[in-house]
Amino acid sequence: MKRTPRSLFALVLLLIPAIAWCAPALLRLATTTSTDNSGLLGDILPAFTNSTGIQVQVIAVGTGKALRLGANGDVDVVLVHAPPSEEKWMAAGNGVNRRYVMYNDFVIVGPPDDPAGIAGTKDAAAAFKRIAEHKSLFISRGDDSGTNKKELILWKDAGIQPAGHWYRAAGQGMGKVLAMAGELDAYTLTDRGTWLAYQSKLPLKILVQGDKRLFNPYHVMAVNPDKYPDARYTDAMQFIAWLTSVKGQHMIGAYRVKNQQLFVPTAVTHH
Amino acid sequence: MELVQACKQALVLLFSGNGDLWTIIGISFAVSVKAIAIATPIALATAFVLAFFRFPGRGLALSTVNTLLSLPAVVVGLTLYLLLSRSGPLGDLRLLFTQKAMMIGQIVLCFPLLVAWSHAAIEAAERSAWETAITLGAPPWRAVLTLLHEVRFGLIAAVIAGFGRIISEVGSSMMVGGNILNYTRNIPTAIALETSKGSFAQGIALGFVLLFLAFGLNLGLSFFQRRVTPAS
Repeated sequence: MKRTPRSLFALVLLLIPAIAWCAPALLRLATTTSTDNSGLLGDILPAFTNSTGIQVQVIAVGTGKALRLGANGDVDVVLVHAPPSEEKWMAAGNGVNRRYVMYNDFVIVGPPDDPAGIAGTKDAAAAFKRIAEHKSLFISRGDDSGTNKKELILWKDAGIQPAGHWYRAAGQGMGKVLAMAGELDAYTLTDRGTWLAYQSKLPLKILVQGDKRLFNPYHVMAVNPDKYPDARYTDAMQFIAWLTSVKGQHMIGAYRVKNQQLFVPTAVTHH
Repeated sequence: MELVQACKQALVLLFSGNGDLWTIIGISFAVSVKAIAIATPIALATAFVLAFFRFPGRGLALSTVNTLLSLPAVVVGLTLYLLLSRSGPLGDLRLLFTQKAMMIGQIVLCFPLLVAWSHAAIEAAERSAWETAITLGAPPWRAVLTLLHEVRFGLIAAVIAGFGRIISEVGSSMMVGGNILNYTRNIPTAIALETSKGSFAQGIALGFVLLFLAFGLNLGLSFFQRRVTPAS
């Protein structure tokens, strides 16, 4: 075997970090686990990259952390679902150009024998009240995520301060919490996307759905370029434009998991 | 700066007697102390057998213990999860997502370390301590006590190292404990959660507790290790 000259070796050693350092920066998107785990982003992002040439790096975390990443300038664009927190975030000057992209919905799932008797109820708050009255086990995300915030609003609507042995704040992601509810025969609130992905492995079923309060709006926001001049603002705006374009909205509406539509696009109205 | 600010808030949290924070710290200690208390006698007996008896498979047992020293916590967590899950063989015990499950995970994690370190300590001890005791007509249990007394510093070092490993372990506790507030949420899982929430102050406060603890444990460890090898 021919020996590689030493200088070549040194050159390669020098080049690797140089290439790594100069690799084209990506548009960094902080979003919730629900958009990523459901497969939506994997489905639509290639089309965006195709038409714009912009690569997107997805950081899927809870809504609280996603907003924090945006406020710290660690990402360029944020796609989350917790309007009250988003409004505060916008008011604090962290972002610009907030657009309503789509909504999906939450469902209350629980053990099929339904010890609290909530099946068939249309009123999500009433169902929560019954769970509390029966002291049936309820697993809360407890992680400040959008789902967690929605859950807390529902408890408030039900006039209940959830506490006690029956209420367990798990502090974990949706998939883990669903698995936990399955193990412990407990109720929980989940977004439909994650539910569909995990359903087959769980001894649980949907007990309450369709309440308007269970709708879950998603907004996209660009990180404020005035606060972080090095944020990829133009790319972020292109992303927002694409997401709310006829093409992007159509792809969101056409996305199916197990033959069910998960997200309803809202940015472009039909006529 | 974010880091400085979060550190400041962390100190305030720690010293203002924040209830949630101290509950988490309490759970961490309760679980890990119990785990090490259960694991130590069994590990000690195992180490004793490995050091004093020659039997077929002893070499294999020793290398197994040494391999398990680098057992990743998540692997322990996953295995335990599958065993304790209601569809698993031990599902009927209903142990998943309880403090007991966390303890089992931590026992498994510190056991190899305890065996390896106390085995080394016993091996290093003069065999003569044992033989002298026996020759002087002491019953075997007295001889064991004499030996234990001889190697006490090595054993304490083993326990400290084992405790250090499990008090900061996150993989297994997260998986089989479930990070349930006021129940199975300990320092490491709380740090993981607070970071994922973007509330860094509480994460840092808990990190301080762990750092402080590690410092104390290391002081103790080096103290006892010095005692193991007497300056002569």
